[in-house]
This record gives sequence, structure tokens and C-alpha cells, in this order.
Amino acid sequence: MKYLESKVVDNQRLTDDIYVLCVTYQGDAVQAGQFYMLKSWDTELTLMRPISVFKSDNDHLWFMYRTVGQGTKRMTLLAKGDSIRLLGPCGNGYPCESIKGKVAVVGGGVGIPPLCETAKVLQKNGAEVDAFLGFRDVLFAVEDFEPWCSRIFVSTEKGEEGYRGFVTDLLKPEEYDVVLTCGPEVMMRKVAAMCAEAGVTCYCSLENRMACGIGACLGCSIRTRNGMKRVCKDGPVFLSSELNW
Amino acid sequence: MNLSVEVAGVPFKNPLIAASGTFGFGEEYNELYDVSCLGGICSKGLTLHPKDGNEGYRVWETASGMMNSVGLQNPGVEAFVQTGIAQMRRFGNVLIANMGGHSMDDYITGASMLSESDIDMLELNISCPNVKSGGMAFGIKADVAKEVVSNVRKVCSKPLIVKLSPNAENIVEMALACEEAGADALSLVNTFQAMAIDLRKRKPVFNNVYAGLSGAAIKPIALRMVHSVCKRVQVPVIGIGGIYTAEDVLEFVMAGAAAVQLGTVHFNNPLAGREVLEALSQLCRREGIADIGEIRGIC
Repeated sequence: MKYLESKVVDNQRLTDDIYVLCVTYQGDAVQAGQFYMLKSWDTELTLMRPISVFKSDNDHLWFMYRTVGQGTKRMTLLAKGDSIRLLGPCGNGYPCESIKGKVAVVGGGVGIPPLCETAKVLQKNGAEVDAFLGFRDVLFAVEDFEPWCSRIFVSTEKGEEGYRGFVTDLLKPEEYDVVLTCGPEVMMRKVAAMCAEAGVTCYCSLENRMACGIGACLGCSIRTRNGMKRVCKDGPVFLSSELNW
Repeated sequence: MNLSVEVAGVPFKNPLIAASGTFGFGEEYNELYDVSCLGGICSKGLTLHPKDGNEGYRVWETASGMMNSVGLQNPGVEAFVQTGIAQMRRFGNVLIANMGGHSMDDYITGASMLSESDIDMLELNISCPNVKSGGMAFGIKADVAKEVVSNVRKVCSKPLIVKLSPNAENIVEMALACEEAGADALSLVNTFQAMAIDLRKRKPVFNNVYAGLSGAAIKPIALRMVHSVCKRVQVPVIGIGGIYTAEDVLEFVMAGAAAVQLGTVHFNNPLAGREVLEALSQLCRREGIADIGEIRGIC
């Protein structure tokens, strides 16, 4: 884990509030489901922002982020050649090496991006991956899943494309060996409940307000069946059976 | 160019100390840089018994700062004495155990255990709510603080730093009371009691409603408090509050501080400990300061 200065290669607006940031990267190897603490400011904002890795290659990282507050809005100003600071890779990521067979990745909204890197790693490890991607209205990132997934199911709550409703309506957990999910808590709770019912292992990627991002400040700790855990360091990925859901 | 300082008889190779609660026990930041470079490290705040800390959000950004309500999640004094101390000792700098309590008995028992251990100094956190007085912190009224410090002093043979809360009714009176009760040094300030409301949820951000404000926003007030206390007490004072840069460090030293703590800045710049130290050497050189003691208390 390192604190690095990187250069912006591209910062593209995809929708009203979704952007994809590409930066040069010469740090430690990154695992699917890990995140970085980012900042494109000095002290104008106090804290760095935890954003999951969307894609990676040997020399670059991609982050897909939604503008939800001051930090992410400031990030939209980044242009090619600008500097950005990265702290990471943070967190435990999905345990991809131990996941084989048929896998479903179930994502909601801006929880979808980390599942893309995850789908790639799983597919390269020989797993068969189906993606279930749920959106409110506008779609994004769907194409990025195509190289790695056997099937892609898309749903929108209010939009025009795909199935009209919740992505969990489309999921049959019993068809899979493992289900990986990331998105709004209410969605992940539903996925976890469905998997528990079907007796299928489920991993959830949580988020929380963070300060240090590296496990020092205990600002992001949550209560689990195995005691207090730091979302930034012991997570963000947890077995759904470990959570108090 | 000499950055070494002494606080209550304890030598520090430089005046930079990592503030309690912001640095764990040093392990995590040590992955990013050699934290041995710091003059000292304050442990996460310990309590006699282990604590899980607060539910709900624990941190929240504010303009030029942040708020926290972590709730003293810690492994308890015994676990720290068994394993935490050895871990921190590896860094070779001044090992300061920070301890709080929710009752007089907890303070006394905890302080006795730590006094018998291999820590270098005990930093007493009196900003904890007293369960017996409806949750009012021990560090609000000078006479209550005086009693805690006296009782801890009786059982603590290690150099004793009392960490003052800026929410005290009168910080100078509080400082004098703690000095009188036997503090070997004072550290100030802890966080300011503050509040944030989550507009979308239409509720306070924190389950405990109020939380502690820290960071650059508090620096001018913290500096004023350090200055006013230094004018009146004899014991050394460690300055805390929104220190982000070498310039900030010198301001606190000029106001009278013997050493300083860096807290919130670690979250903004994970390498702050090392970078502020490097900048401090360069700044002193530029300013023609051969020994940091030259400028202590000149304001």
C-alpha cells in the first residue's frame, strides 16, 4: 500500500452524474474489489474519497464515480495531465482465487463498477460469470462486462432499457456456486437473504464514511457476527453470513 | 539544527507526536513511512475494559476539518499491556499511552495497570463522559478534573500528561487545577463539541447527536488556548489543534508549546508525519533557528 501521485489520462462524463477517471499507475498490484482513497485537492477538503477500482491494467487504473458530494464534484474538474493523489490499494477485495464454477455478480448503481474488474479476474481464473446490473434509469458500464460474462441481465427501476423493476427479480441464486454483490444496502440485503434461502455463499461489498482509509482511526467500524470490523481494512468485502442482516 | 525537546523529563528527538485516535498504535501508517521518525506516538485512547465504540456514522467531514464520534473503541488496558506496548516499542520513539475512563474507579485501576507497564508517559483523557454525573465529561469543571488527576497521580509513577478538553468551562482554570493536582505536563486541545445534521435523512449525523470537531478550523482557537494556558502554568504544554504544517508547529511553539501533536492532518495527507518533520528542519534553517527552544514562548 502506498501514497502516490498519479497523472490523469482521461476523465470522461458518461451520464448526468457518472464519470470514468483513468490514471497512470505504478503502485502495488491491485485486487478486484479493492478501492483507493483519492484526492484532487490539497487541504481545501479535509478527507480523501474512497472509490472502488472499476478496471485495471499494468499501467493504469480506472475509477467510475458518481458525483454525490463536494469531493466527487471536484473530481469532475480533473483533465488529462492533471495530478491526483492515490492511497491504496485499500481493503480486502473479493476472494477471487478461491472462487470457481458458476458465479453471479449482482450490482446496483455505482456499486456496479468494482464488479467489472471482479468479473474479469474470475473469468480469467476459469469461472463462468453472469452479471446482473440494476439501474435507477440510465445505463452505464454494461459494455465493459461483455468480454467477461456469459450472460448479462439489465434492469431499470424507471428507465427504458432492460427489465423494468429490481435486479433481484432476475436473480436465481440456486443456479450459482457463489454470488458477489455490491450496491445499495437494501439491494445487498435482498441478495443476501435470497442466497441464504438457497444455501448459496454470498459476498457483499460494503461502504461507510471513512477518514484514514487504512484501518488506523476506526471511523468506519461496523458490528458483525465476528465483532467489530473496519470496512476499510477488514472489508469492504464480507461474507453476508458474517453481517448482522 | 536542533529539534530535540524535553517534556516532563522525557527526551523527544523532535517535537512531533502523533495524536491519540488518529494513528492506531502506529502499525498502519508505518506501512507508508517509518513512523520511528516521529518524536512520539500517543496510543489510541484506552479504557479499563475493551469497548466496541459507537453505532452509526463515526466520522463526518466539515469545512476545514471533520467531526468524529468513534466512542473510544479500544482493546482495553490489559490487552494493550499484553501486546500493544511491545508493538509500539518497535518504533523506538516516546511511547505515550492515552487513557480515559467513565468512572473514578476505572481511571484509578487503569492508571495503576499502565503505571506498572513499560510505557514512557501516560496521557490522561478527561474528555470522557462520567456515567455517574449524567454523562457530563470529567474535563468540564475544574474541581471534578482536579479530583480525577489527584486520584490518578497517587497511583501513577510515570510522567503524567493531562489532555484538556476545550469544552471546559474555563480552560486556564482547568489547566491550573490539573497542574495543582499533580500533572507533569498538559496537552491541549482535544476536540470541540459540535453537531452536523444530515439533510437527506432529516436527522443528526451522529447517533450521539454531538461529536468532536477537529482540523484546521479549530487551529486559531486551539492556539489561543495554548497561549493563554502557557502564560499561567509552569508545567510543559503540548499543543494540539489543526496543526497541518511546519509553520503551524512553530506558531504553537512560539505560543509556548514544548511539543505538538498532529491528528486530523494524517487523513488529509497520509505522509504528514514525515513531511511536516522534513519541512520543520528546512523552515528552522530558513528562519535562522538553530534550536527550537530559542523560540518557545516568545509570543
